[in-house]
Amino acid sequence: MSELQYKVLVGLEIHVHLCTKTKMFCGCELSFGEEANSRVCPVCLGMPGVLPVMNKQAFEYAVLVALALNCEIAKFTKWDRKGYYYPDLPKNYQISQYDLPLSANGFIEIPLESGKTKRIGIIRAHLEEDAGKNLHATGNFSQVDLNRAGTPLLEIVTEPDMNSAAEVRALAEELQRMVRYLGVSEADMQKGHMRFEPNVNLVIIKNGKEYKTPIVEIKNLNSFRALERSIEYEIGRQLERFLESGEVMEMGNKSTRGWDDVKEVTILQREKEEAHDYRYFPEPDLVPVELTEQWLKDIKSRLCELPIKKQMRYVNEYKLSDYDAGVLTAERATGEFFDEVVKADGEPKRVCNLLTQVGLKLANEKGCSVAELGVKPGALAQLAKMVEAGEISATASTTIFEEMVKTGKEPEIIAKELNLIQKSDAGELEKIVEQVLSENPKAVDDVKSGGKKSKKAEGFLLGQVMQKTRGQANPKVVSEIISKKLS
Amino acid sequence: MEWLSVKQLRDKIKNSEISSVTATKAVFKRIAKIEPTIGAYISTFEKSALDKAEEVDKRIAKGEPVGKLAGVPVAIKDNMCTTFGTTTCASKILENFYSPYNATVIEKLLAADAVIVGKTNMDEFAMGSSTENSGLKRTINPWDTSRVPGGSSGGSAAAVAGRLCYASLGSDTGGSIRQPASFCGVVGLKPTYGRVSRFGLVAYGSSLDQIGPITRTVGDCALMMNVIAGYDPADSTSIDEKTAPVPDYLEKLDEPIRRLKIGTVPELNAGSDSDVQKAISGAIEVYKKLGTEIVEIEMPHFDYAIAAYYVIATAEASSNLARYDGVHYGHRTKNPKDYIEVYTKSRAEGFGKEVKRRIMLGTYALSSGYYDAYYLKALKVRNLIRGDFTKAFERCDCIMMPVSPTTAFKIGEKVDDPLKMYLSDIYTIAANLAGIPSISVPCGFDENNLPIGLQILSPAFSEDKLLRIARMLEAQTDWHKKKPVIS
Repeated sequence: MSELQYKVLVGLEIHVHLCTKTKMFCGCELSFGEEANSRVCPVCLGMPGVLPVMNKQAFEYAVLVALALNCEIAKFTKWDRKGYYYPDLPKNYQISQYDLPLSANGFIEIPLESGKTKRIGIIRAHLEEDAGKNLHATGNFSQVDLNRAGTPLLEIVTEPDMNSAAEVRALAEELQRMVRYLGVSEADMQKGHMRFEPNVNLVIIKNGKEYKTPIVEIKNLNSFRALERSIEYEIGRQLERFLESGEVMEMGNKSTRGWDDVKEVTILQREKEEAHDYRYFPEPDLVPVELTEQWLKDIKSRLCELPIKKQMRYVNEYKLSDYDAGVLTAERATGEFFDEVVKADGEPKRVCNLLTQVGLKLANEKGCSVAELGVKPGALAQLAKMVEAGEISATASTTIFEEMVKTGKEPEIIAKELNLIQKSDAGELEKIVEQVLSENPKAVDDVKSGGKKSKKAEGFLLGQVMQKTRGQANPKVVSEIISKKLS
Repeated sequence: MEWLSVKQLRDKIKNSEISSVTATKAVFKRIAKIEPTIGAYISTFEKSALDKAEEVDKRIAKGEPVGKLAGVPVAIKDNMCTTFGTTTCASKILENFYSPYNATVIEKLLAADAVIVGKTNMDEFAMGSSTENSGLKRTINPWDTSRVPGGSSGGSAAAVAGRLCYASLGSDTGGSIRQPASFCGVVGLKPTYGRVSRFGLVAYGSSLDQIGPITRTVGDCALMMNVIAGYDPADSTSIDEKTAPVPDYLEKLDEPIRRLKIGTVPELNAGSDSDVQKAISGAIEVYKKLGTEIVEIEMPHFDYAIAAYYVIATAEASSNLARYDGVHYGHRTKNPKDYIEVYTKSRAEGFGKEVKRRIMLGTYALSSGYYDAYYLKALKVRNLIRGDFTKAFERCDCIMMPVSPTTAFKIGEKVDDPLKMYLSDIYTIAANLAGIPSISVPCGFDENNLPIGLQILSPAFSEDKLLRIARMLEAQTDWHKKKPVIS
């Protein structure tokens, strides 16, 4: 058998809907799920005589994302018309950006399973308008819904820097988290707010010689799972195909395949890269955009700490687990609330536990963010301190947190009201311990004899004390007393 | 009454000497009599016109304020969108198209209380120099029924010359206001690009198109400009009034410009008919007598204007006209096999020969591999021509030359020779390429008693001065008072 190694190369073309108030070039509100053709006007319908007017908010959102992607931001950018005929494209050209995009040459850091990050190059990010949707009803006709036509769309093109399906998924999820942090997109893949079109091929080394398989573009991916699975499938398919036919990349043999979500296979859509001639030329109805220093500064001021940075900070500074840091940074509101509680002197690990184990559950039940639970950062920090100081048990902290959300009372007050303050008075506890020891001579013997049974017996004795104190004894103090007495 | 100027009629209506209803009825009576011969209108609106006239009369009777065009019957070229009647662009593809919105200029006319009589014939999609390319009807020249009225705003010019309205709006992409004004012995102004909103003007060559007035006198032209000029937030290419304030064009109209310097390009004039040359020289003599200085200037790149124009205008047109596809509105072919046939057959059936020719020219010029050689080069020529004007205007206040090398030609004379037809635009297209204002003002007649126009070009946003210069000639001559005899 010949020696064979291969490397996967994936680049992505990404489209992100920006959640501006109105469409890219007209005053229509953005639409999701409204009655067909109810969110349209002469401009987005491409009626004769209409002219586009640029949505400034969309431009600013796009620049914000480009900044977060570490791109170079163009001081001068213009619009171009991309011509092609399709029924969902009312003007039969799309207003896009061709040779002078608003940004280029950036990168995004994506988290890897190892807990490290990887840098993926961004070739460019530019703004354009989305098309409508063709509806293929039964019968001898099709219909067009133009509600979506003119929705601001940010196109991001990455370098082929991803080397596995997992990395592609990581990038997709990271980008979703990023644009949600920035508040510029709902980024819901199912709703088509975010669309990924991976370009996949392999570099195969066989008998010391290098071969590149033809590039395949995958379409019709409606979930992160589909994105990941389709690439996994495609890797296998391309490898098999290469071994069968030896076919390698040539000019014009790029193909497009559609993902079948049910059969979990990619299906050939277009054999050869069609000789697309979009006849780009500068859009004469719009003036170029000149981004002044001041304007750029204003946009920059709206940046926030990006999720990946936050996550890494939690791991490095607070020694949180990568998993916990990921949970806390999944949504901007959670991370920011966590930061505030820590700032109010909450011990990070305790605060993390309170939020991940209790806060997020409560927020989820209420359908709000943890910041909106009505608990002040200072109060939660106080709760964390009480756990830390052993004043209350971890179990009690859950109850108190829940009560804080319900009543808005301070944690100390709730603890007292519900009698959840742990008994730490050594003198009082010693009496109870003595009583328990005298009642359980066998266990005492087991502890004293050491060995296997010792640990179990010690736990049993502690449990008995806790039972007698109705859980209000500080287990740490009790343990100390027991060890002292039996040593 | 039909010989009154807009201003005279407006004042008489305001003073209740003549009612708008009377004036409007008279216009429709004349239309009933003469329009079958001239064929200026694609559609007329007797009922809505009389309603408006009545409303204006009532308001005047009540002493309420009325607009600058109170009760004056005007016409508009049928490439400006109106919510009343059709907007056809003289094309079969839009023969039954009803616009859901009004062009900005229409809103302005209505706000000024103009009475809109009808929409005028034109070369299909404004592509032509004789109105013979209309897909809907033929318009003749009121001075000679065997001759063309010029184009593409032939209907608008013929309607004003034939007293079928008091003033009209045309559009000018390469001479389409000035050349028919010249052929029909009336005044036509192409304003600076960006001075009048293009919103609602069905686009031909977006970077060249500009709406402007066609009137019997320079004063009426100034009055119309007072109504239609100004910034429009719906047109990104219209100029804000802080950068270029809109003056009252009537205010100093009768004040001659002192120490006026007129630029002439002798070798250019040599290319026109001897009668035209004589008339232009005669006009310049008039200015000389008024104490102006004549400066000979050079326009080194003028020769390339036609070539550059027919690349840029057709390239933009190929994209602008892509939307007429039979999918959303306009003509749709019967029983198409598939959606491709909806496109190909609808367009093949709906567009006329010249439109198809220009779409093909423009599509070719924008095709990959040809873009640099054609479109990009044309843009370079455009810049050089702009430079020629900038340099020339350092030495003179305005430039004078013929509007057209000939007077109105015979119907059918040039239809089979598109190149010959294109060459009739030789003097007018430079102003569009440079974006500067240019006016055609009557300056004589040829041996066949056909009117000749003098073209005056001036720097961007100097329409006030341009109109004053034109008025200097008008005040000294009676050319504009000659009337065509139509039976």
